[in-house]
Amino acid sequence: MKELSLHLLDIAQNSIAAGARHVDLTVEEGGGSLSLTVADDGRGMSPEFLAAVTDPFTTTRTTRKVGLGLPFLGLAAEQTGGALRVESQLGAGTTVTAVFHSDHIDCPPLGDTASTVALLAQGLPEGMELTYTRRTGRGEFRFDTAEIRAVLGPDVPLSEPEVAQWMRAYVAEGEEAIG
Amino acid sequence: MKSLEELRAIREKMQKQIDIRENSADDIRVVVGMATCGIAAGARPVLTAFLEEVAKRDLKNVTVTQTGCIGVCRLEPIAEVYVPGEEKVTYVKLTPEKVPRIVAEHLVNHNPVTEYTIGAAE
Repeated sequence: MKELSLHLLDIAQNSIAAGARHVDLTVEEGGGSLSLTVADDGRGMSPEFLAAVTDPFTTTRTTRKVGLGLPFLGLAAEQTGGALRVESQLGAGTTVTAVFHSDHIDCPPLGDTASTVALLAQGLPEGMELTYTRRTGRGEFRFDTAEIRAVLGPDVPLSEPEVAQWMRAYVAEGEEAIG
Repeated sequence: MKSLEELRAIREKMQKQIDIRENSADDIRVVVGMATCGIAAGARPVLTAFLEEVAKRDLKNVTVTQTGCIGVCRLEPIAEVYVPGEEKVTYVKLTPEKVPRIVAEHLVNHNPVTEYTIGAAE
């Protein structure tokens, strides 16, 4: 993964697969560190699965026996002197936090978070909502699909290509204002 | 600046088209693989390109959706195209540059771009 925003896109897919009703993405920068958080209220993991979840040979995939999403993210964080933390409770949800030292030479760029957020929103299953919060030293930007759906009404879905393009531009501009 | 006002305008425009759309049984589906393998190989800009191209051409009978791992990770990014009444076509090793041709030739004119398909790659 060349960008941290690609990890965000990847890890958030796990929340969708876990049948979550809400997934909250947070990107926080400041004080030489950058943290990514993906928190969901999906089915969660058993203590046994959680203990093995950063092992590449642990996966929920059905197409093969290797799952690299969390191991990749953990490796990327550790290469900068940071860390990955996964907290989960069966039936309650999962929170994944990756902390990067952003001034470390091995820290990948954050990249195109607007595309990540817009595409996740575009592909959200019915009945699931997503929030995205970006905090920098200059302020906070918040995006919430529930608010977008309220504007769109019941007939126009988030999956509409034109809506997805609007969301991407909206997030990009909102982030630029605090970048 | 992108405003919610603009989003409301999109809604108004779409609502006018909904009646037409509900009557069409010939919806084409584009499914892009968005698991770790797809994302790492560059599926995000490919999906963005499909959405852009479909929006630009105002193709009301095309839905663009996402799925997990399609199973042939080494050929990612992969997109599957389902045209009702026709055989499923699997495109592999996609780039955003290949997308406009697939949209124009396959989704609009119903001629699959054979050279980008899994059959040509294997």
